[in-house]
Amino acid sequence: MSLIGARVLRKEDPNLITGRGQFVDDIVPAGTVFMSFVTSTESHAQIRSIDVSEALALSGVLAVWTAADIAGFATLGLPGLGRPLLATDVVRFVGEPVAVIVAETKYLAADAAQLVIVDYESLPVAPSITTALVEGAPMLHPILNSNVVFEQPFADDLSADFGANSLTASLHIVNNRCAAVPIEPNACVADWGPAGLTLWATFQAPHHLRNTIAAYFGIPQDTTRVITPDVGGGFGAKINFVPEYFLACALSRKLSRPVKYTQTRSECQLLMYHGRAQEQDVKVAYDETGKLLALRVRVTQDQGAYPDPTGMGLPVLTTAMVAGCYKIPKVAISWRNVVTNTTPVAAYRGAGRPEASFLIERIIDLVADQTGIDPVEIRRRNFIASNEFPYATHSPLAVYDSGNFDGAMTELLTLFDYDALKIEQARRRQTPDEKLIGIGFSSWLELAAFGPPGSLEGFGHLGSWESVQIRVQPDGSAIIYTGASPHGQGTVTTFAQIAAGELGIPFDKISVRHGDTATVPQGIGTMGSRITAIGGEGVRNASLRVVERAKMIAAHILEADPADVVLEGGGFAVNGTPSRSVPWSEVAWKSFQPLQIPTESEPGSLDVTIFQQVPNFSFPSGAYCCTVEIDRGTGEIKITGMYLVDDCGTVINPLLAEGQVHGGVAQGIAQALYEGISYNENGSPLTATLMDYLIPAATELPRFTEGRINTPTPNNGLGAKGIGESGSVGAPPAVVNAVVDALSHLGVKNLNMPVTPFQVWNILKEVK
Amino acid sequence: MSVLSVSLTVNGVLRTNDVEPRTLLVHYLRDDLRLTGTHVGCDTSNCGACTVILDGAAVKSCTILAVQARGGDLTTVEGLTGPGEQLSAVQQGFRQEHGLQCGYCTSGMIMASTALLAENPDPTENEIRHALEGNLCRCTGYQMIVSSVRWAAEHPDGIVPESSDVDTLAPSQQGARS
Repeated sequence: MSLIGARVLRKEDPNLITGRGQFVDDIVPAGTVFMSFVTSTESHAQIRSIDVSEALALSGVLAVWTAADIAGFATLGLPGLGRPLLATDVVRFVGEPVAVIVAETKYLAADAAQLVIVDYESLPVAPSITTALVEGAPMLHPILNSNVVFEQPFADDLSADFGANSLTASLHIVNNRCAAVPIEPNACVADWGPAGLTLWATFQAPHHLRNTIAAYFGIPQDTTRVITPDVGGGFGAKINFVPEYFLACALSRKLSRPVKYTQTRSECQLLMYHGRAQEQDVKVAYDETGKLLALRVRVTQDQGAYPDPTGMGLPVLTTAMVAGCYKIPKVAISWRNVVTNTTPVAAYRGAGRPEASFLIERIIDLVADQTGIDPVEIRRRNFIASNEFPYATHSPLAVYDSGNFDGAMTELLTLFDYDALKIEQARRRQTPDEKLIGIGFSSWLELAAFGPPGSLEGFGHLGSWESVQIRVQPDGSAIIYTGASPHGQGTVTTFAQIAAGELGIPFDKISVRHGDTATVPQGIGTMGSRITAIGGEGVRNASLRVVERAKMIAAHILEADPADVVLEGGGFAVNGTPSRSVPWSEVAWKSFQPLQIPTESEPGSLDVTIFQQVPNFSFPSGAYCCTVEIDRGTGEIKITGMYLVDDCGTVINPLLAEGQVHGGVAQGIAQALYEGISYNENGSPLTATLMDYLIPAATELPRFTEGRINTPTPNNGLGAKGIGESGSVGAPPAVVNAVVDALSHLGVKNLNMPVTPFQVWNILKEVK
Repeated sequence: MSVLSVSLTVNGVLRTNDVEPRTLLVHYLRDDLRLTGTHVGCDTSNCGACTVILDGAAVKSCTILAVQARGGDLTTVEGLTGPGEQLSAVQQGFRQEHGLQCGYCTSGMIMASTALLAENPDPTENEIRHALEGNLCRCTGYQMIVSSVRWAAEHPDGIVPESSDVDTLAPSQQGARS
């Protein structure tokens, strides 16, 4: 019986709710020693000298390394602009590791870090896009001759479409730099012994890390093992090759001891790569009916101090998705990547796509404002219709698979009384003591299921498929091994749900194993909303193949034609003759016995490995509405309603899908109202702890109201599009549109995130 | 480094260890007692992943020293589960209502919720949100955590009611809704 669509409780939970989970910091092999860092206090400086003598003299300290100790080690990232494992001669951002220490205990390792004396000579600083691009700006990497790493100019800037007589709207948008803040910071344990290297890491792509580590050290992959045990959240920030992993391995090799590193939160805020950090110049032309005619977007992506391959890809994804769910006849895109004296920038939930949905959903509201057309109506006038798929956009990356944008909007409007709210909004504006009301929409679209062949290879991955191996055990239970590496998504549950229906094996007799390169036959990893759409499809196909083979064996036992054998009641039966049946356990047992199977079968045939591919990305979409109240005295913004209609195609488990939406929306609201990594003019970080960087608590977030429509994707047999990142793509524009709407009668056209009470209070203060 | 002796009751068992005076309670629990269900998520007492119950109150074990807990009666997440893997009402609530995803904040959430229900057995949504203000979750958006605590309030014995849907699902799915 199919469990697709059932609210099945998670297999993952029993360990995690009893304290029996196993996260990296819980793992302490015998003889483990502890690694700590001396990190740069300067954002841009020449290192004059490093004195490690006092640290080395501390009893219990086993090693103190600086760049001089690892002179032959390769850099990470882009050739020529690579990041050294430890800053060499120059530091380029606050927090950059300058020295690494290993000691017998973690307290000692922290003590020793305090004893290292680094003498810096400050250099001029470029801690922002603006300061990095001015004439005469200090250069981070002189080899570039500027701070621009790469620039993709406009093919045609559409100047003819933005002539003096056209109706246009334009915005300069700053998409705020955010930190992923998984509650588990980065951690690893490296154990390099005579038999090989084992690295436990809190990471989203174990095989990717294994392959990279093995290549880095020039050691064979077969004796290099990466284990990602329970992973305490990732959100895209745990797929980057940061120096910590490589140093832990190198130090373990040197000391012949397991070396453990557990990041503090303050280190995490500085060392774990940030996300977003874009500036955008956006312009649209439209006609008097509000139809969009042309869109021009120039993205400037802050890469931080060292460009990361994923970071370099962010504006590619943004510019591919700028048209959103609208039919825009002409789209022009351009982007440039800029280095600054800040923490490097790479993927954070949504990675490039929230930046796209934000700009198009903001500017369509501006067009609504300029034309006086209702924001819902103007969206409807521009939607791609549901019969126009597949829909080719300006970008070869974005050929939309399916969608029903108008249907999502219709569903959204059933969740609350829009007309009544508008009347109440107008009334409140006339009543100076009452709070202002704002209503904000977002008809968002994203790109998921990374990806078709060739797509992830561009980011250095081995492939874009995902691996699934199903091994039926002799008792008729089954183990699924997968290269997916979940960290909260519930993949162990969803894969078992998919397999249970196809295999006819009970959900409780299916285990899912992941996160170990020694047991899983290759893998890519969990990112880019890919696992259900690709891995889940792999589970379905592998299950079908297992059943096909099992039917051969069942037919042999039942002395029937394989074509007449059907899956039924926990076993196999001859179609139309239910009395002639054999249970799964018997088929499974005999599948390993050469004398019990057809002569053309091999023992152990119920073991199927699939490298599942998909022909295209999928494009989840939806319609969100946020309603806010604003206190005119304090500028306080309160979300009073968050209405969410998602369309991720087929839903495997509604409970888990809701969880993904809630979490993504929470991070989207956070970006809109609370979070923003900031630096002062010297490049000193102002948000290096959770005291200063506000990730929302239960009191900051509203109750969500959900609706759903289901437009399956044609790209896989499940029809599932992916939902991991949707909320973070859809929520920010809905929230900001709501706040702008609340203040629109005061002439407010745009607000930069995070929209704070202080910002709003300053606007309201001017009115009084 | 000098050491001090610390003695306290942890999950019903009296434990005595020598610790460095500066040892944080959370490190004592994790490293000395190997009770690794209690996690560390920040260094500023914001995240609450390390929450335990000390003498009846929810305490962030990263903000006090092990020696300050001397003579105390302390419960960690490992101490909530009864004989035969019987989950506490709050643990069962988190399972039934999908109150966790990655599970890293969960122990702290469960301990803070347990302390809340001991004080206020029937909290409103608003009261739950305020009581959990010191515990950060990055995965769930909190709504299902609130529902988990409400579930525990409504099922104080932690027993999952028989559901008519059960027979369509596997035995492990007791209480799941289809």
